[in-house]
Amino acid sequence: MDTLVRKQKELRNFYLLVVFGLMVAMTGMGAAHYMEEHGHIVTGMNNQVVWGMPHVFAIFMIVAASGVLNIASIGSVFGKKPYKARGPLSGLLSIALLAGGLTVLMLDLGRPERVIVAATHINTTSVFGWNVFLYSGLFSLVAVYLWTMLEARMNPWTKPVGLLVFAWRITLTTGTGLIFAFLVARQAYGTAMLPPMFIVMSFSWGLAVLYIVQAAMYGWNRMSLNPHVLRRFRNLLGLFILSVAYLVAVYHMTNLYFARNSAFEHFILIEGGIYPLLFWGGYFFLGTLIPLVLIYSPNLGKHCHVLLASLLVVVGSFCFLYVFIIGGQAFPLSIFPGYEVSSTFGDGQIAYYSPSLPEILLGCGGLGVAFLITTVGVRIFEMLPHDEAAAE
Amino acid sequence: MSDMDSDRRQFIGRSSALVAGLTLAPGMMLYDLAHGRPVGEPASSKVRWGMLIDTTKCESGCDECVKACNKENGLPGGTGPTDEQWIRKVQLTDLKTGKKTSLPMMCQHCAEPPCVDVCPTGASFKRVDGIVLVDRHLCIGCRYCMMACPYKARSFVHEPLHDQKPDVPRGKGTVESCTLCVQRVDRGETTACAEACEKAGHKAILFGDLNDPDSEISKRIRQVASIRLRDDLGLDTGLHYEGL
Repeated sequence: MDTLVRKQKELRNFYLLVVFGLMVAMTGMGAAHYMEEHGHIVTGMNNQVVWGMPHVFAIFMIVAASGVLNIASIGSVFGKKPYKARGPLSGLLSIALLAGGLTVLMLDLGRPERVIVAATHINTTSVFGWNVFLYSGLFSLVAVYLWTMLEARMNPWTKPVGLLVFAWRITLTTGTGLIFAFLVARQAYGTAMLPPMFIVMSFSWGLAVLYIVQAAMYGWNRMSLNPHVLRRFRNLLGLFILSVAYLVAVYHMTNLYFARNSAFEHFILIEGGIYPLLFWGGYFFLGTLIPLVLIYSPNLGKHCHVLLASLLVVVGSFCFLYVFIIGGQAFPLSIFPGYEVSSTFGDGQIAYYSPSLPEILLGCGGLGVAFLITTVGVRIFEMLPHDEAAAE
Repeated sequence: MSDMDSDRRQFIGRSSALVAGLTLAPGMMLYDLAHGRPVGEPASSKVRWGMLIDTTKCESGCDECVKACNKENGLPGGTGPTDEQWIRKVQLTDLKTGKKTSLPMMCQHCAEPPCVDVCPTGASFKRVDGIVLVDRHLCIGCRYCMMACPYKARSFVHEPLHDQKPDVPRGKGTVESCTLCVQRVDRGETTACAEACEKAGHKAILFGDLNDPDSEISKRIRQVASIRLRDDLGLDTGLHYEGL
């Protein structure tokens, strides 16, 4: 009888979560409709800052979608059992995050109804064009990957498919980094540092998301994480956070060394108002330093600390992307070096950007889509990692 | 295995196959269709349209070129952060000498345009006569070209449009920029900005065919020192500036 009551309660809670996810997603869709009806005038974006808050959300989800597969890769390619147990969850989260990110990216287009044009007219020199294939390919490959993991008959195929997914997602995140690396004239971008930086960021952000979702699932099922697995996850997250910090430091140091970029670095790291604040306070302090303390302090490092560190990594990643994407555009292009420049089109001026509610809601809508896919997927498929059998 | 379990597996299997098919098919099948689009057929590759702007003749308070561009192309002429500006007047002060310069700034009509390289759909394209344009029917409004343009030459249409000019099609949610008055050039006329500058008595904008060694612009470029903006990027722009 108790079991029945508990199951009914569980089912009710599941539907509540679905309704919550639907509401968030639908609010996002409503915001997108509002933006389409009125034009981008209702957003904070303008002719100087052309990519805004939706891109911060979308790029976070797309980068994390690739990185979250790390766990499945370590499991199926390198045969590590604790990771293998999380392979299906890792695959599901990848599809969910990719769907959420692409939803935001598509709905932010000036002409979202022309999205089919993007699939039918591919410019082969455009990294965006390549990404149409890379994103749709990842969807399909991860679906096959999930099939090989969940269907016993297909298990022998998990390793080769896992290898293919591994190569594909590294290419995909390289492509995401290249979107910015190919922008030759902007001080913030146009460097080969970006693809590897995005790849390492994907590892960190993806693992953080997986840890948060896993913690929610364990909490739901009143289970606690195997200490052995906790130690592995904690160390891996610490390593990824440090690796990201290293690459971010090298990226800024390289810019600082080039005299032509020192004014930009001065802006983004010291004088740029919201941007240095988010970089140092958000990315560095909240998203890097505190998580490292939570992970490596001798008295900390317990499940709740690693969970908090994961949440802070996500917060830090949003701050980093805001500074990188919006701060990078706010700083004026150097068209006339050696001159003080002014015009009616913002030449020589720091561009102003203030995110509006519709674009924030659109971004949240993408998170809602990812949440919804995850919640339903976890319920339909057997996704809960069991470590009793898996622990080495 | 129970019947129900088997049904569930079958359902999952079939729906997965369907979703995979639907995801891949558009990309694979329609890829080939993308290669039949004729562009710029009426234009001739023997011509390379360009401009020489003499900054020593450009007056700082004058914006006749901007007004003429707005009138010719049906632009409202606002100067807010979301307003479209195909041409703008830029004021320069040399940081070392204090020398002041004024010049018009617009799409530089590069031979190697970054906007064309990055455009995912091929909406940004270069005509064989060197004019860089946006196909308003293909532009999806991703704004990647605006990120890529080293000259900040492009504007995004942020609001619904009214009273458009029939020979200058525009569209909400798409990107646009100076077309080098392609509608006039195709009729054998000069650009609106060059015409207005001449009418105002400055003659700072010289429009012509860079490929024709006997054209006025080619002769002048041979005679005077001129530069191309951000020439270090190797984009081979069609606009040259004198006096900078």
